[in-house]
Amino acid sequence: MVNSRRLHMLVCGGTGCQSQDSDKLVKALDLVLDKYGYKEEVEVVKTGCFGFCEKGPIIKVQPDDIFYVEVKPKDAKRIIEEHVIKGRRVEDLLYSEPAKHEKVEKQHDMNFYKKQMRIALRNCGLINPEDIEEYIAVDGYLALGTVLTTMTPVEVIELVKKSSLRGRGGGGFPTGYKWELTYRNKHDKKYIICNADEGDPGAFMDRSILEGDPHSVLEAMAIAGYAIGADKGFIYIRAEYPLAIHRLNVAIDQAREMGVLGKGLFDTDFNFDIELKYGAGAFVCGEETALINSVEGGRGEPNAKPPFPAESGLWNRPTCVNNVETFANIPPIILKGPEWFSSIGSEKSKGTKVFALAGKVNNVGLVEVPMGIKLRDIIYEIGGGIRGDHKLKAVQTGGPSGGCITAENLDIAIDYDSLTSIGSMMGSGGMIVMDEEDCMVNIAKFYLEFTEEESCGKCTPCRIGNKRLHEILTKITKGEGTEEDLERLVNLGQMIKESSLCGLGQTSPNPVLSTLNHFRDEYLEHIINKNCPAGVCKGLSNKS
Amino acid sequence: MKDSVKVTINDKEVEVPREYTILNAAVEAGIKIPTLCHLDLHDLKMVNRTASCRVCMVEVEKRPNLAPACATPVNDGMVIRTDTLRAITSRRMAVELLLSNHPTDCLICPRNLRCELQALAQELNIREINYSGEMNEFHIDSSSQAVVKHQNKCILCRRCETACNEVQTCGILSALNRGFETIVGPAFNLPMKETSCTYCGQCVAVCPTAALTEVNHVPKVWEALNDPEKYVVVQTAPAIRVALGELFGMEAGTIVTGKLAAALRRLGFDQVFDTDFGADVTIVEEAKELIHRMETGGRLPMLTSCCPAWVSFIEHQFPDLVDVPSTCKSPHIMTGTIIKTYFAEKNKIDPNKITVVSIMPCVAKKAEAARTELSIDDHNNVDIVITTRELGDMLKEAGIDFDKLPDEDYDHPLGESTGASVIFGTTGGVIEAAIRTVYEWTTGDELEEVEFHALRGIDGLREAVVPINGEEIKIGIAHGLGNARQLLEEIRSGKSKYHAIEIMACPGGCIGGGGQPYHYGNDEIVKKRQQAIYQEDRRKKIRKSHLNEEVLKLYENYLGEPYGELAHKLLHTSFEAKERI
Repeated sequence: MVNSRRLHMLVCGGTGCQSQDSDKLVKALDLVLDKYGYKEEVEVVKTGCFGFCEKGPIIKVQPDDIFYVEVKPKDAKRIIEEHVIKGRRVEDLLYSEPAKHEKVEKQHDMNFYKKQMRIALRNCGLINPEDIEEYIAVDGYLALGTVLTTMTPVEVIELVKKSSLRGRGGGGFPTGYKWELTYRNKHDKKYIICNADEGDPGAFMDRSILEGDPHSVLEAMAIAGYAIGADKGFIYIRAEYPLAIHRLNVAIDQAREMGVLGKGLFDTDFNFDIELKYGAGAFVCGEETALINSVEGGRGEPNAKPPFPAESGLWNRPTCVNNVETFANIPPIILKGPEWFSSIGSEKSKGTKVFALAGKVNNVGLVEVPMGIKLRDIIYEIGGGIRGDHKLKAVQTGGPSGGCITAENLDIAIDYDSLTSIGSMMGSGGMIVMDEEDCMVNIAKFYLEFTEEESCGKCTPCRIGNKRLHEILTKITKGEGTEEDLERLVNLGQMIKESSLCGLGQTSPNPVLSTLNHFRDEYLEHIINKNCPAGVCKGLSNKS
Repeated sequence: MKDSVKVTINDKEVEVPREYTILNAAVEAGIKIPTLCHLDLHDLKMVNRTASCRVCMVEVEKRPNLAPACATPVNDGMVIRTDTLRAITSRRMAVELLLSNHPTDCLICPRNLRCELQALAQELNIREINYSGEMNEFHIDSSSQAVVKHQNKCILCRRCETACNEVQTCGILSALNRGFETIVGPAFNLPMKETSCTYCGQCVAVCPTAALTEVNHVPKVWEALNDPEKYVVVQTAPAIRVALGELFGMEAGTIVTGKLAAALRRLGFDQVFDTDFGADVTIVEEAKELIHRMETGGRLPMLTSCCPAWVSFIEHQFPDLVDVPSTCKSPHIMTGTIIKTYFAEKNKIDPNKITVVSIMPCVAKKAEAARTELSIDDHNNVDIVITTRELGDMLKEAGIDFDKLPDEDYDHPLGESTGASVIFGTTGGVIEAAIRTVYEWTTGDELEEVEFHALRGIDGLREAVVPINGEEIKIGIAHGLGNARQLLEEIRSGKSKYHAIEIMACPGGCIGGGGQPYHYGNDEIVKKRQQAIYQEDRRKKIRKSHLNEEVLKLYENYLGEPYGELAHKLLHTSFEAKERI
């Protein structure tokens, strides 16, 4: 971290950049620095994700704020020789704005970052996640210390309630209220669970937070534990996130050693410890009751609610389940105050939200924006517009549970309620941009295939209903559909939404219903003229 | 907080206890909400509240989606509608979806006209399936001697899982795979035969369709009856006579002992015997064994061993405790043994030509009869076991008008029995029968009040202290294997305070057996059978096993001393520690 060195080279160590050899890049930089004798002057720091995965691996040189993209290990020598020794930019490694085709040197001048506001991702790309001291240097564990030494649990809950923070996992349930419910249910043993079973296709904000800033989640869990009266927390994390698991393990060990996890934290009588539980990659385990069943060692399938986990959760004890991103917001809320937090965002959705921007935009990556931002700003400013000369057709938010938004809604202020009102949802923050080369029937079919496979099979509508929806969509994409099929899709979709047992089934028809709502003509084109205007459905003609 | 809440269902206001579900409240309001996965055997303590079928969906004011009536608690001021187009359509679609993945071979299905899904489809007026598509085709598991698992007929109500895991704590059946491929089966979808299944048949008893049924042995019985070389002897368990009538439209709890004997004779059995005779022999042996264990400092408590599912349970789940149960074979196996030895010798019949058929309320008895260690001289003591339900099917097939049959007696001598043996059919009965004998044998006094009400009832775990000769005999009773597990854990940890424990695998005992007429979730039926069992006991002239004159003759003329050498050879067995899978 930022100490007395002349330069710091922050190299992204997130999963995306690592898969493109950022580890080798770090080694190469160190080697070259050593060779030229600059090791004392310049430090290479492997940080968490910068979010700009499209252009990885990324190096940010501080304090110059110079941002290099798509850096290969072989570029290490050039960067050291040019930037470190001669003080010159390596021009060809600088980012070029897609619209203007001109190089941008500094991170804060890049459109991708300009409109972002990083609260949950505040430390990602800034600190070395494997060093607790770096976290402490950016006020880490100060919130926990403050809470434990100066506040009562009720005060903590009131503060979180006042911030109006809502759950970032998809449901948007007020976090403070959830804490209060769990607090009120008296029991000698309660649990905090961090839901890190991120499963939406394309969404990876939770992984990035855990990889880039694991301590913020640990700290927030301890704060939540204090608030509700729990001394034990579990992080339920997908086993497919090995790097996040590794960094969490390192962080937990360091936190225990530092005394910010374990017994008698901050010299109070509050104890709190955290254990990891690995998920086996079932999407439905992101649903809290299914998650709890899985932690208990049972089959990962949901239970009917009530009882809610706040009354009877893990091992029938009151349990508070919050998502990774939700937790990451807690320490700043404590330190900066609820008024600060609730001053950001829209009327009913406060703070920021991280979106995984993907699809046909120029800048793909993780973006954290204030609630209430216009969809247009995300796509055209942060995302740098649509790739090539193509036209925006739709934006799918909320992953397999969400719906699509068309160009006419580009100026809608994005928050939990506005998205629901136009037939989509926030979900965990997936945002896939589509152009005219995307077939909406095929998109709906893709998502249904996902939910059909990920349904736990417990309730009839989800188990058989989604299968039937998928079959009808397959028929249509083969040009074998009928107009009656559209009515059947709507009726069945509605029934699945209304009568499924858990959130998975209650939202799984959304992609079908919303594409059908906005692109009925495209469905009819498949049915009547056996034509796929986007040219995606094989075996059909392709006339636009 | 007030204990009751007011809710309005279809404009009708009812005041109901706070812990009620919408479904309970609707019953109170006289409104029927269809259900499928739901099952509540109140006093028998089995509740399936998976809320998985989504057939009981209703509208609740201010709730955006529909609510499952079976799993949604009421709250004060709740306004519910069960009769809107939205609710009715949703319920019907749920059943349509189930039917879209269900074979439609109803006419030749073992559950034809007894299937809850079929009844529901009829009740909901389903005339077409709007959402047909691919259907699952799974292999039929008929690996075991007792239970057939026909996965294609499973609607995933998960009642079997609740019975197997929560009630019986056997942990054999659970959901496997996910999505449309979800099935219920043993771990790794092993064949049933390779698991630790006790074959208690409670999964069969609660299955709404033919996904789980008993292995059908009726054809084998027809074959034996029509084989001129065979001498076919039948025996009936105590619990049959209080349940069979239900299959012919009689009230639950109707005693049909006389008609049962008559019906079996009409079917053409050469001898119609009563398992009750074997039960009396069991008591003579078991009472002696208990006294022996108590006097010689043997292993206590002694556990009863007449329930084969329970025996299998201890072998697999508590292999370290297999020396605890009584070594007595079960009553129908004893009867079979006596038929093929004593009776055969006495009547000069070649035991190899005798076929013994047991009519049992039980699925596990099918597997028990196939246990080779129970056979004598290489032939099975019991050749074929059919359940109460299968007997009902046979009688219908034979065109016997059960209702109009006269009351007849069992054949002599193995049709003679006492009241003590009849009560084997209910939880608490075996130990009560044993106490009647132990009391008289140890005190030498006549027991005047033979009914031990402290041992009766329907609670899953009961205990009583019976003073005999100044000593307090402590008795424990468990029915349902989950309850049995608790008593076994006590024994394992050395904390058991009992001298003797009776265990029955099925809730209610044999009257609630896996082979009995379906109770369709109504525990009153099982309770009425219990009352009938006690009534049958009261009707008997002799109510103590050791006073059964034919049993006394058996010992006098053939076996010698009770618990003696020949008795040991023929009537006792040992149990084997087995792996838990």
